[in-house]
Amino acid sequence: MTYVGLPTPSETPQETMAKIAGTAAKMKVVIVGGGVSGLSAGWWLARSGASVTVLDKGIVGWEASGRNGGGASHYQSPLFVEEQRMWPHMDELLGYPTEHQKERIVAAVTEKQLNQYHYLAKMNNDLGYRVDLLTGDQVRAMVPLTGDNCLGGMHYRFGGHANPQRSVQAYAWALQDLGGRIYQHSPVTGFETECGKVVAVHSGSGRHECDAVVVAAGPQIGALMAKLGVEVPLAAARAEMIVTEPAPMMPIGGVDGNGLYGRQTMRGNLAYGGGPHEWLETFEAGPPARPSSPLTRNLARRVAELFPKAAHLNVIRSWAGIVENTPDGRPIIDRMSDPENVVVATMSGVGFGLSPASGHAIRDLVVDGQCSFTDIAKLSLSRFDGIGADWREQRGWQAPKAEIAA
Amino acid sequence: MHANNGTDPHAIGTKLPAPEARYDLVVVGAGPAGLAAALAGAGEGKSVLLVDENPIPGGAMGNDVPLLFGGRMTAATQNAERMLETVFMSEPQLEAAMDAGVEVLLGTSAWGVYRNGPGITGLPESVVALADKDRGWIVGYGELVLATGARDLAIGFPGWNQPGVMGAAALERLLTRYEAFAGKRVLIVGSHDLALHTALLAQEKGVEVAGIVEVRAAPQGDAALADAVRAAQIPFYLEDAPAEAIGGIDGVERVRLRSGAEIAVDTVVLAIGLVPSIELIDAMGGSRVLDGARGGYIPGENAGVRCVGTCAGLADTGFDHVEYRMDWARELGKLSAAGTIVCQCEEVTRGDLLGVQPPRYLERPAPMAARSLDTLIQDGPPNPDQIKRLTRAGMGVCQGRRCRDQVAMMLAMAADGPFGSVPLATHRAPVRPLPLRVLADWEESPEMRAGWDVWFGIPTQWVPYRDIDTPREREHQVAIADGWSL
Ligand SMILES: Cc1cc2nc3c(=O)[nH]c(=O)nc-3n(C[C@H](O)[C@H](O)[C@H](O)COP(=O)(O)OP(=O)(O)OC[C@H]3O[C@@H](n4cnc5c(N)ncnc54)[C@H](O)[C@@H]3O)c2cc1C
Ligand SMILES: Cc1cc2nc3c(=O)[nH]c(=O)nc-3n(C[C@H](O)[C@H](O)[C@H](O)COP(=O)(O)OP(=O)(O)OC[C@H]3O[C@@H](n4cnc5c(N)ncnc54)[C@H](O)[C@@H]3O)c2cc1C
Repeated sequence: MTYVGLPTPSETPQETMAKIAGTAAKMKVVIVGGGVSGLSAGWWLARSGASVTVLDKGIVGWEASGRNGGGASHYQSPLFVEEQRMWPHMDELLGYPTEHQKERIVAAVTEKQLNQYHYLAKMNNDLGYRVDLLTGDQVRAMVPLTGDNCLGGMHYRFGGHANPQRSVQAYAWALQDLGGRIYQHSPVTGFETECGKVVAVHSGSGRHECDAVVVAAGPQIGALMAKLGVEVPLAAARAEMIVTEPAPMMPIGGVDGNGLYGRQTMRGNLAYGGGPHEWLETFEAGPPARPSSPLTRNLARRVAELFPKAAHLNVIRSWAGIVENTPDGRPIIDRMSDPENVVVATMSGVGFGLSPASGHAIRDLVVDGQCSFTDIAKLSLSRFDGIGADWREQRGWQAPKAEIAA
Repeated sequence: MHANNGTDPHAIGTKLPAPEARYDLVVVGAGPAGLAAALAGAGEGKSVLLVDENPIPGGAMGNDVPLLFGGRMTAATQNAERMLETVFMSEPQLEAAMDAGVEVLLGTSAWGVYRNGPGITGLPESVVALADKDRGWIVGYGELVLATGARDLAIGFPGWNQPGVMGAAALERLLTRYEAFAGKRVLIVGSHDLALHTALLAQEKGVEVAGIVEVRAAPQGDAALADAVRAAQIPFYLEDAPAEAIGGIDGVERVRLRSGAEIAVDTVVLAIGLVPSIELIDAMGGSRVLDGARGGYIPGENAGVRCVGTCAGLADTGFDHVEYRMDWARELGKLSAAGTIVCQCEEVTRGDLLGVQPPRYLERPAPMAARSLDTLIQDGPPNPDQIKRLTRAGMGVCQGRRCRDQVAMMLAMAADGPFGSVPLATHRAPVRPLPLRVLADWEESPEMRAGWDVWFGIPTQWVPYRDIDTPREREHQVAIADGWSL
């Protein structure tokens, strides 16, 4: 098998930064939502010279962006190559640590998993992205916490992971260092439009005038865009993770498998998620709670199976985050036609790792009207034109019962 | 119609299991309050389960879970069987409860309470999650009584992060229920009722009490108790505070007070206050309120759950415990240096906490080094969970027990606000550190197994972009979806 590998970048991220500098000077951009998508977009825009204001209903990164698995290996996405190009440079570009680490190993403990992982390996190899198949012995040598039950796996020679909480704060601080403003505890409540454009955004911190708006408010995108007469089909669900006390450091921390995603943190903790999600109602004010469930026990079992040599380690916490999904599970990154200065960005449940790239794409749509580095036409909102009102029911994605109020 | 035909096989649906057993009444905590509730329930003819985590596994005690044991327990605590016997013998009411038909499980912790409510509807019913040293399981309940008592409040000072600095509740447990205190001579910090009781108890149990240190100008507790302490020849060091605990490899050997006095002791007992153990209430998303006269955050009204004993709040004597703690935190903060450890598990220093700096294994480039709690506070009120994410303080294996209160107090001081202006750092299940193999559901249902997927199970999500809307898309979708149910 020969790999074409990832395309050699035609320019370094530093060169890209130099190229965009000043391209959005005097532009006032308001970003609704201080998750990784909004903050990365704000950072890219500030790098372009725009005057950026980020409004968040709470603390930056408090929702999905600070509660996820930190994975950054999204070969399926048109933003993949940019994701891979940017991550190794993010610490330097932002000026703050993100704990980005390279590569990923996926380990199987059942035949079915092994077949699935081999299919994914082949899919990647067909794309030209190098994935090596591993025998059980090879996995055990590379991942010391795995055990005799490991049947084999695969090694992505790309991708990686980072610390979500640190990365969110790194984006936010880097944005501030460029003169951007972040208003926390400042929910957006409405938009002022004039001649087909949004001219101001209303929020808990008052009225913010703007030349352009980015709506990157996660599950709340639906309600916000409805105020502008735009329908964005989204369904929100809860996903859960657990974390253990530190384990001895493994050479590659990006290890998942056995139906789990996750990572070993740079401190050594094993942080893992996976398994059934629960579809929920979406509330305009944000989720009333983010509880975890006894799924904690199923996650613990899967982690103990994946890492038998870590089975004695203590689980010290569980948590949950809420993510929104589009009907096909793919992002929407699109600039609206009316109001024409609004860009919508939902990453549909897979948006942490891609954030260095999604921010770039959003910046391009805001400033230039189109993405400069890849085709994202298939991520447009119009693909859902005419989708039936019962799209959630068709998929079985509706919230099962009304949630009981607190 | 969509390929799912109206059902999502990977959604939680009915996959969460029904409880293994069900009781009319489940009581967590077999102190006086829990025992009384269990006996009363049995007297009404109810089926009753009473659990208590004592004896605590030796490893957990070493991590100061659930109390601040400070490494001052004898080797006896490592002998699980012997401890079980000692604990059982120490409380005659346990036998009475068993005679009354109560199912009593010692060495069993309750690590979570789950119920349907905001953000979750998939539970078959409300359950308490339990674990002993071998396994975890869940039980259903008609009524839940939490009688979890109160835990030690820890505030750091130079040298507090060594064996021999412990909490008053831990000392009481070692002296009474465990008979396993390894110290000989103690200095007590604080002078409210808790401290005075602790001094008298220690002396009664044959431990030498070198003195009581009080930051305020007079003993704070009940006058009769203070008189009893004086009568017992225990000296007060007033308007004073421990400036440093000095020790060797076995921990504390002496304490230097701010006034300059040096006192030879092997143990410093932090008896500044107790904090009602509300972690189960908080982790289940229950209501809680701040009440300084009752020891801090206490449970509010929670349907189906009754809190009794000190976990419902300390006895209200009109004394403001929170104000008192803040006085101590201010003083011990002044006596601390930038290098004084705040979070022992993650070795976070006071300087790094106030600087919101990352752990030492990460670099601190100039912009990072220039950040601080002060710059963070300009963006909004401080939140302990945010500080935790950035500094790792409270992220360790003791689950923040040793530092959560002092971090909250430090944030309140930094923001120049009252204690209540800083949100409570969240508790989440498991509220005790539990090994993966114990927590694991080894009897997972086939439905859970069949419906398992890494992430949502939406095949279109993983189709390579270039193959979207091509014949290969269908091929990938089928292959990906077939391989699911991992
Ligand atoms: C458990 C879990 C594991 C995951 N694992 C991974 C992974 O390994 N890799 C990966 O790439 N992705 C993962 N994800 C997905 C990833 O976290 C999200 O796709 C990503 O964080 C989305 O970022 P965002 O900025 O678009 O949205 P969000 O993080 O949801 O941010 C939206 C922000 O908008 C704010 N907001 C909402 N309404 C308003 C309003 N009216 N006014 C102002 N602000 C508002 C919210 O407060 C929030 O901060 C995971 C998610 C979860 C929950
Ligand atoms: C030094 C000292 C001296 C005292 N002297 C006196 C005195 O002389 N007279 C007097 O009346 N009172 C005295 N007290 C107070 C008395 O000990 C407490 O008021 C009383 O123990 C509180 O009873 P409780 O049942 O609420 O909690 P506790 O007795 O603390 O019992 C709570 C129990 O619940 C267990 N538990 C907690 N969480 C969990 C969980 N998640 N899972 C399983 N188990 C759990 C705990 O380990 C503990 O065993 C003294 C206290 C101290 C510290």
